[in-house]
Parts: sequence; C-alpha cells; structure tokens
Amino acid sequence: MNGYLPLSYLDVLLAALFLLIAATVSLLARLGLERRLVFVSLRMVVQLALVGLLLKALFTLASPWLTLFAALFMLAMASREVGARQQRPLAGIWGYGLGATTMMTAGMLITVFALTLQIRPDPWWAPRYALPLFGMILGNTMNGVALALDGLHVALVRERVAVEARLLLGHTRFRAVQPVLVRALRAGFTPILNAMAATGVISLPGMMTGQILAGVDPREAVKYQLLIMFLISGATGLGVLGAVWGSILLLTDRRDRLRLERLAPPRERL
Amino acid sequence: MLAIEGLRSDLVGPVDLAVAAGECVTIEGPSGCGKTRFLRAIVDLDPNRGRVRLDGRQREAMPAWRWRRLVGMVPAESGWWADRVSEHFERPEALPPLLEALGLPPDSPDWEVSRLSTGERHRLAIARALCLEPRALLLDEPTASLDAAATARVEALLHRLLQAGRPLVVVTHDPAQARRLGARRLTMREGRLAPAGEAVR
Repeated sequence: MNGYLPLSYLDVLLAALFLLIAATVSLLARLGLERRLVFVSLRMVVQLALVGLLLKALFTLASPWLTLFAALFMLAMASREVGARQQRPLAGIWGYGLGATTMMTAGMLITVFALTLQIRPDPWWAPRYALPLFGMILGNTMNGVALALDGLHVALVRERVAVEARLLLGHTRFRAVQPVLVRALRAGFTPILNAMAATGVISLPGMMTGQILAGVDPREAVKYQLLIMFLISGATGLGVLGAVWGSILLLTDRRDRLRLERLAPPRERL
Repeated sequence: MLAIEGLRSDLVGPVDLAVAAGECVTIEGPSGCGKTRFLRAIVDLDPNRGRVRLDGRQREAMPAWRWRRLVGMVPAESGWWADRVSEHFERPEALPPLLEALGLPPDSPDWEVSRLSTGERHRLAIARALCLEPRALLLDEPTASLDAAATARVEALLHRLLQAGRPLVVVTHDPAQARRLGARRLTMREGRLAPAGEAVR
C-alpha cells in the first residue's frame, strides 16, 4: 500500500495564504517587505517548477549521457560557488579548479559507490536516484571545501610571519603550515559534525521528513537517512582533505617557501 | 665562509659577496632598497637565482630546510604560533646560557607570548635562532626595538659568535653599531651592494 497523499495545485495555493497575510500586514504597517516577499516567492515558484520539469524530462529520457551532463552542470555551479565564497581564492584557473577537482573526485566516487553497492537501482545510474543523491553529497562537500579553503587562505595571509618563522627555523613546508592547516581542516569539518550531532534531536532531516510524509515506515526512513549522512560526511571529509592538501602544495614550493603571490589579490569590499 | 655569487631575486641583485669566518658585514641603505629581500634570498625564502655556498657546501645540494639550519636568519619582525614561549624552542637545554647573555630571566620560557614586549619578543627570537647553532647568521635590524642596555648585550653575544668563527651579515640603520661590531660596511641601493665608505664620508 502506498501512503503518499497527492496534492492539487489548489492545495499549494492555499498554503500561500498565510504568506499573503504576512505581506498584507507588511503593506499596512509600511514595513516595506511586501514587494521582496512576493518577488522571492514568485521566483521560488518559477525555479522549482523548472527543476520539476527538468527532472521529469531527465527521468523520462533516462539517458546516461544526459544524467552525466546534469551532474557535471551541478558540479560546475558548486565549483563557482566555492570560488565565490572565498575572500582570497587561488589565482587563475586553480581558483575554481581546485574545488572542482576535489569535489568531483570525492562526490562522484562516493555517489557511484552508493549507487552500485548499496542503493542499487536498475540501471545503477538511473537519474531518479543518482541526481538527488549527488546533489545532497555535492552541496555538503561544497560547504566544507569552501569553509576550509577560505579559512586556510585567510590564515596563511594573516600568519605569514609565523609560518615563515617556522620555515626559517628549519621546518619543512608541511611542518611549517601545520598549525594553520589543523585549524582550516577543523573549520571544514564543523558543519557536518554539527549536522550529525543535531540530527534527530533538534532537527529532523529534510530527506527523512519527506520520506515519512510520502508514507515510508519511519524505521526505513531512518536507515536511508543514516546511509546518506555517512555518505555525505565521507565525501565532505575526502573533499576537505583533498582541497586543503592540494592548496598547501600549490601555495608552497619544493624549496620550502611560502608562495602567497599565488593567491588572487584581495577583493574590493564596499 | 659564506660565499654569494650572482644572487638575484625580484628586487635584488646581481650581488656578489664573500663573508669570511669570523667576519661581520653590515648592510645599510634606505628603506625599500632590498636589504631584507637580500637576506631572504640568501636563505632561499624567496625565489632567486645564483650560487650560495657555506664552507664549500652548495645550497642547492641540500633541502632548503637543512640549509636554513646552517644559515640562520632572524627577521625584523618575529613570528610566534603558540601561546607559551617555551613551545617555540626545539632544544630547551641550550636555552639558559642564551637567556642569561641576552638579559632575560630564566623563567621567561614560561611566559605567554601575547604579554611579551616588542624588545622581549625580539631577544627571544634571537635566542630561538641561536638554539639551533647555525654556522652563519643573518640578522635584520637586530637592535631596532631594544634599549641601550639590551643592545649592548646583543652586540656582546654577536662578538662571541664572531670569535667562534661564524660569518655574520647584519642589516642596520646605525653606523655606530657597525663600528662597534668591527664590521665591513656595505650600502645597498636599488638592490645592488657597494662599500659604504665613499658615499657616507
């Protein structure tokens, strides 16, 4: 038996009723929020409608190449985001390339692993399973990688004198950056550690809630959620380690020098 | 002997300089002329070209970290990465005589770095570099932040290094310090070295 209760478009519109009330209050009280509220919600409707259509089309076509193309598009967007979230990204192609390489390696590896060994849809790349799974893994890895790289680069610039003091005392480049590196890794791991600690106690994860609403036995939903959390933290861990390690290799050289000129110049902040 | 031939980096060179065992060379010159860059190039901290040897041992023949243990450098601004002074020293047993020579109390390793004065920081940075017993030493304005008494102690310590046959290169703004160290005085202008005498006299 299927416990899923379908919604009509009218049901969805009714749910927007309270948003309209809030917008009206804003209008009457001259809070100036009503235009933004309406605009953002309309934009959300358009975005989600398009995604729904796109996913529907991808599921129907069930082409491995189109699925791969969609995954690569998601990866490109995530790489752009990782670059944009850093105050001092690497200069040139590595500014996006490092995030892209590590997220692609970690994200694809873990997604393919889960699809072929645990979830096992038929075919294994079926977009209905592959794309949402890759999306969840990618989103979390992106968060961790962006935080870790931002922390690493800002700290290297701020603590250049301390790192160079260690180099001058005859430390290798890897030992010299170690105090900074540990803090950057910690920053990258924090969101996923917090998510694991809070999940089920403070918040019910969105995916699990969705499955329960769709009629799945909560025990089954929990199993799925655990699988996802393990995959997400594994991918985040691999991605963060790879990105930080790669960045250290790019920002130092074989003669144990710190090469901060390989960072992009500071951004103009208004 | 510290032998430098055709050393070039971004803003420096080409520079040729030979510093004999037990010899002190001072480098004067206006700010931004490349004095600090020159010292950094010798210890290979900035990308550079040229030949540098210490007692016949070629710099490129060894990893950079090992070279920097042979040729020590004390920069003008000292760097610290842990909370306590003692966490910055590799061989604490070599420390007490150095602290005494620099006029620092024996319990100074237990101090917190954040509470050190600029002068204390700098003297501890000199002690930290000397703990590794480098065979040659480069100092960038070693007494700029020190009072007369502390300056005299640092200079006395440098004299002891010279007597032990260590080559020294000291960047200084003070011609009197160069004389007190019995140094060969050089001036740097736009990245090139020249004897200091002509221009100053």
